[in-house]
Amino acid sequence: MTARQVAEQVLDPELPVLTLADLGVLRDVREDGGRVTVTITPTYSGCPAMDEMRADLVSRLTEAGYADVEVRTVLHPAWTTDWISEDGLRKLADHGIAPPQRIGPHAVGPVPLNLEPPSRRVPCPLCGSIRTTELSRFGSTACKALRRCEDCREPFEQIKEL
Amino acid sequence: MDNAYDGLTDAGEEKHWAFGTGFTDALTGVGRDIPAVDREALTAYCLMLGDDALVYSQRLAEWCSRAPELEEDVALANIALDLLGQARLLLSRAAEVEDAGRDEDALAYLRDERAFRNVRLAEIDCGPGPGGDFGTTIARLLVFSTWRLALFQRLAGSADPVLAAVAAKGVKELAYHRDHAAQWVLRLAGGTEYSRERIVEGLAKVWAFTDELFATHPVEAALPGVAVDPAELRAEFDQVIGTVLTAAGLDLPETRQVAPLAGQSGRDGIHTEAMGFLLAEMQHIARSMPGAVW
Repeated sequence: MTARQVAEQVLDPELPVLTLADLGVLRDVREDGGRVTVTITPTYSGCPAMDEMRADLVSRLTEAGYADVEVRTVLHPAWTTDWISEDGLRKLADHGIAPPQRIGPHAVGPVPLNLEPPSRRVPCPLCGSIRTTELSRFGSTACKALRRCEDCREPFEQIKEL
Repeated sequence: MDNAYDGLTDAGEEKHWAFGTGFTDALTGVGRDIPAVDREALTAYCLMLGDDALVYSQRLAEWCSRAPELEEDVALANIALDLLGQARLLLSRAAEVEDAGRDEDALAYLRDERAFRNVRLAEIDCGPGPGGDFGTTIARLLVFSTWRLALFQRLAGSADPVLAAVAAKGVKELAYHRDHAAQWVLRLAGGTEYSRERIVEGLAKVWAFTDELFATHPVEAALPGVAVDPAELRAEFDQVIGTVLTAAGLDLPETRQVAPLAGQSGRDGIHTEAMGFLLAEMQHIARSMPGAVW
């Protein structure tokens, strides 16, 4: 396997249904002679899993025979949920987590203020109903909101757009 | 696996834990070009922005398990985590520019009160301690996040590549924080007579520390192109706060501003009485057991 293939299969420590490649945090993998340089970017500034991602990348690549591995971090450009792959969106939905919608490039100028929770329809990943409500904008990790389905009455998590 | 927690139980596998020992420098592997400016001023500026986030993060974390509902425990803790992440990046940058052998931990845990450069709004007790309540806490979140969001939008164009990148990332986080506060202001103002009273009193209390947010400091003046002049943020800040208060049917507070002391305030290390207690709690383990790991 190439170093890129190995790195692409490393799982996200907090959302283990996704690989780092699915999540869009794996930015680059380069092989130069015996040396592998992997570049990753954090989802949120306070993401507590960065050290773990670095350690996982180094150990998986080492196991695959790449002895000289460097993991670099980039902060720019800032991660966006638009970088989650189509495959990643599907895997999230399959595991009961509502995927984010595509938001496109950020508009220039002041960030608009939202005085109400977003009105967009988020289908329930369990029963498909569109009658769902936001319980909290902040969920079990920084990247998730908590919602409830008004039909099947189950709570579910949603990756919020960033 | 059948049980999602099975993977966490391997004995001796410390790498499964996101908390505890083994943290590396928050800027590991990040490009580290330093612009040709006064290094002392750039160090001080990174400390200002980093200390705002660190100290306020500590205050928000005090609410964990004390908020009116579980969802709010989680929300305030998430906001605290975003700010702690910003603080780690900014203090690491300060340490790197200073180049005096200190790291982010030394800056967070081993500086005394007079060396902290945060604005006083970040440190005051807005509850759950005796200094406030949930209304006061939401009032501070609205003021702080509206101000910091306006600041970071401009900082994203800084000539310092690390500050620019930290700011561009932070903008997205702060937009969520500000929306959260604004929506709570509306709920509290439109709820019962009691909830409305709490948010009115909360806004009046924190408003006393707003002028300090927009006072240009000599450090900012010494870094043209790198630092943002906070005086430029006032118009946008007033407009956003005005929009929220109008929607909530509230008046702008008319609190007397807490004046600087002999011309000095939080940015110069002159803090309120609350700061010493906050630092005692935040720093005491690191200072009682130097070099301890867990």
